[in-house]
Amino acid sequence: MLSRIAESLFWIGRYVERADGTARILDVHLERLNQMPLPQQRETSRQLLGVMGSRPEQDDIDLSDLLQALAYDRTSATSIAGALGAARENARRARETVSSSVWESLNTTWYGLTQHRKDVVGTYRFCHWVVERTAMVRGLSDTTMSHDESWQFLVLGRSLERADMTARMLSTHDVHAAGLSWVNMLRCAGAYESFLRTRRASFGDQQAAEFLLLDRLFPRSIVYALSDAEKCLTQLNPAYQRVGFINDASRIVGQARTFLEFHQTRDLMSELPEHMERVQKACARASDAVSRTYFSQADELSWVGEVS
Amino acid sequence: MSELFADYAAAARKTPAFDEMFDPGQFPRTEYGQVAAALDELNLADVTARADSMARTFLDRGVTFDFAGEERPFPLDIVPRVIAGSDWDVLERGVAQRVRALEAFLSDVYDKMAVVSDGVIPQRLITSSAHFHREVAGFAPAGGVRVHISGIDVVRDQQGTFRVLEDNVRVPSGVSYVLENRRAMAKGLPEAFGQQHIRPVEEYPRRLLAALRKTAPPGVEDPTVVVLTPGVFNSAYFEHTLLAGLMGVELVEGRDLICRGNRVYMRTTAGEQRVDVIYKRIDDEFLDPLQFRADSVLGCPGIVNAARAGMVTIANAVGNGVADDKLVYTYVPDLIRYYLGEEPIIANVDTYRLEEPDAREEVLDRLDELVVKPVDGSGGKGLVIGPDATRAELDVLRAKVLEDPRGWIAQPVLQLSTVPTMSGGQFSPRHVDLRPFAVNDGEEVWVLPGGLTRVAMKEGSLIVNSSQGGGSKDTWVVDGEVRGTAGDDGPRERPAVTVRERTSVWPIETNWQDKQSEQQQQ
Repeated sequence: MLSRIAESLFWIGRYVERADGTARILDVHLERLNQMPLPQQRETSRQLLGVMGSRPEQDDIDLSDLLQALAYDRTSATSIAGALGAARENARRARETVSSSVWESLNTTWYGLTQHRKDVVGTYRFCHWVVERTAMVRGLSDTTMSHDESWQFLVLGRSLERADMTARMLSTHDVHAAGLSWVNMLRCAGAYESFLRTRRASFGDQQAAEFLLLDRLFPRSIVYALSDAEKCLTQLNPAYQRVGFINDASRIVGQARTFLEFHQTRDLMSELPEHMERVQKACARASDAVSRTYFSQADELSWVGEVS
Repeated sequence: MSELFADYAAAARKTPAFDEMFDPGQFPRTEYGQVAAALDELNLADVTARADSMARTFLDRGVTFDFAGEERPFPLDIVPRVIAGSDWDVLERGVAQRVRALEAFLSDVYDKMAVVSDGVIPQRLITSSAHFHREVAGFAPAGGVRVHISGIDVVRDQQGTFRVLEDNVRVPSGVSYVLENRRAMAKGLPEAFGQQHIRPVEEYPRRLLAALRKTAPPGVEDPTVVVLTPGVFNSAYFEHTLLAGLMGVELVEGRDLICRGNRVYMRTTAGEQRVDVIYKRIDDEFLDPLQFRADSVLGCPGIVNAARAGMVTIANAVGNGVADDKLVYTYVPDLIRYYLGEEPIIANVDTYRLEEPDAREEVLDRLDELVVKPVDGSGGKGLVIGPDATRAELDVLRAKVLEDPRGWIAQPVLQLSTVPTMSGGQFSPRHVDLRPFAVNDGEEVWVLPGGLTRVAMKEGSLIVNSSQGGGSKDTWVVDGEVRGTAGDDGPRERPAVTVRERTSVWPIETNWQDKQSEQQQQ
């Protein structure tokens, strides 16, 4: 398939997942923010923005600025509207490759972005709607596209972004002075019920973080997402299986995953920020490596002579 | 008729145009029988609801055109344009004939120019055409076809006779709307489909792909076809994606292509892959910065040389613009006689060649009665309709014509035929044209039954271009009513459908469903 199309698919996967993750995070934090006194609300909003990767322009930002930056700002790739707009634009460019139902659901989502009230209450509904729409896009791409190379690129982008988003989700734990309760963190990832059923009696921050970080069976955990990404990379380039990794991206993702899996610690909570930093870096580097390997285009048009 | 047609007769009488749905006595013509019956059942609320749902579907599916950087849905009217099968058969032959003549003309122009030495058409007329490209003279394209895809615009005059308005053999667009309109109409006006046979349009992508593959460079076993688009900001981008998708081929941009050693490759995730046939949807001038505009980043350097070396087929061939020059258009009837030895099946619209002093004089006298068009324009650009123009506009036009007589033609104002169109809560007559599409694979010219009907949405307006507020109608070629079983050759034997009565269910208590209904009643 065309490199340009592969790149678009990779980014559709990333942006859709980003919108989903941001909506989940915003939903949970909004609940907390609403109950805070104003100065604290400002401070927390600012930090939250930082974790989500957008630098606030002015120092004192209020709730509506936060909503604008994370939900409705169409010009920023870190907001929900921006991510969904970018996903739709990429789908438009790769329209003949994605199935028409995937394109239509992204397109309809894009047209639906403006149909929400932009106050706090409206944002709850908006987040819920985004979670639903992105689930629909994921479901349609899984059931209506052949699981060939193009789909692998989509899933690769999705998995890397998911690992990144879960890492951010866990980082937001420290944003609140009292720490975001583990219940909320799990709700954020939709992992509450799974966690309860797995862990039975042992509740606590440590266990919750462990679950979202290391659980091998829960699809939104970092280890699970990273091993999904690894699988895609192997599928995309099945040639080297005997020794080592020729592929940069596979190596980076594999290292990050094994580091988490084999790391032994007594106090996971104090190491959490460091881990999260590492995962996010790995995701960014892996993404770059994928671009270099598969999407590299000549920087500009050049004439390659008659005979060469 | 329904109340939606209440004022139709009065509105239709105001214009001398031929109405396609109603005869002068205001009775629906035979071919419109089914449509009239279906519309009769509807009231305003029905029509509005259906029109809204059709527009919404178009927006969701992204059936849009790009207008000034904004995506707009292409308005589709709920009343189809119907052409009787017998009328269509003539039109179809006429279009095919024209395409064959233009094909012969182009291969002659870029070769020996016998048409000039035989005195059919003056040489200066060809060489002065803005789209005559010496860069592609002197070689036969791989596959031997130049006009793979064409759109011949026809209109019906006041008598209802079809006439050719212009030829499009460069990059004719609009076929995607034909395909999408039919899908939308099947949902929007299902009542009109049942009782009659409407010739299907969905085989177009298959025909196109077959023709493109057939004209691949010789010796290529399994040709790779691509569609070359200028990119997502092009007004017809939707069409490019649709055609590439329906043909199952890659949609490439110039930057995806690379020419090396007179071969064309595309950059894929698995390295470079050879390309054999390029369905070109960008203008010649932007195709190859080596040959044409050096500042173009839409094309790919070296592509024309590859075509000259016979390593790649470009469809439509570079340089086709000389055949749809509007001044050459006036010679097409002569070209048909010259190359094919046949009489033209569809006539041209009477046209003044402003180069000829007598004609120019007459036209300049009657500028306010005529339509004046630039010879190399498309999409209605630069066209001036005399009766609608102001004094100042006419003066500007007069100066332009005197400065460059070769650049303009003049035609009488044609009252294009009208078809009922939803507007402001009722149906009223609106002017339409028709663009049938033809696919030429070198042996046979296939004409898509129907084609694109564009409609001017403003009352009395004669400009149907989408960029100037035009909409479209689904175009049906209808072969009379589907006959009942009595007249048929007898029912065909069909294998009976096996009925499988077993359905997998989760074992439930036998009285579960009964209970549920009881509960609901309570």
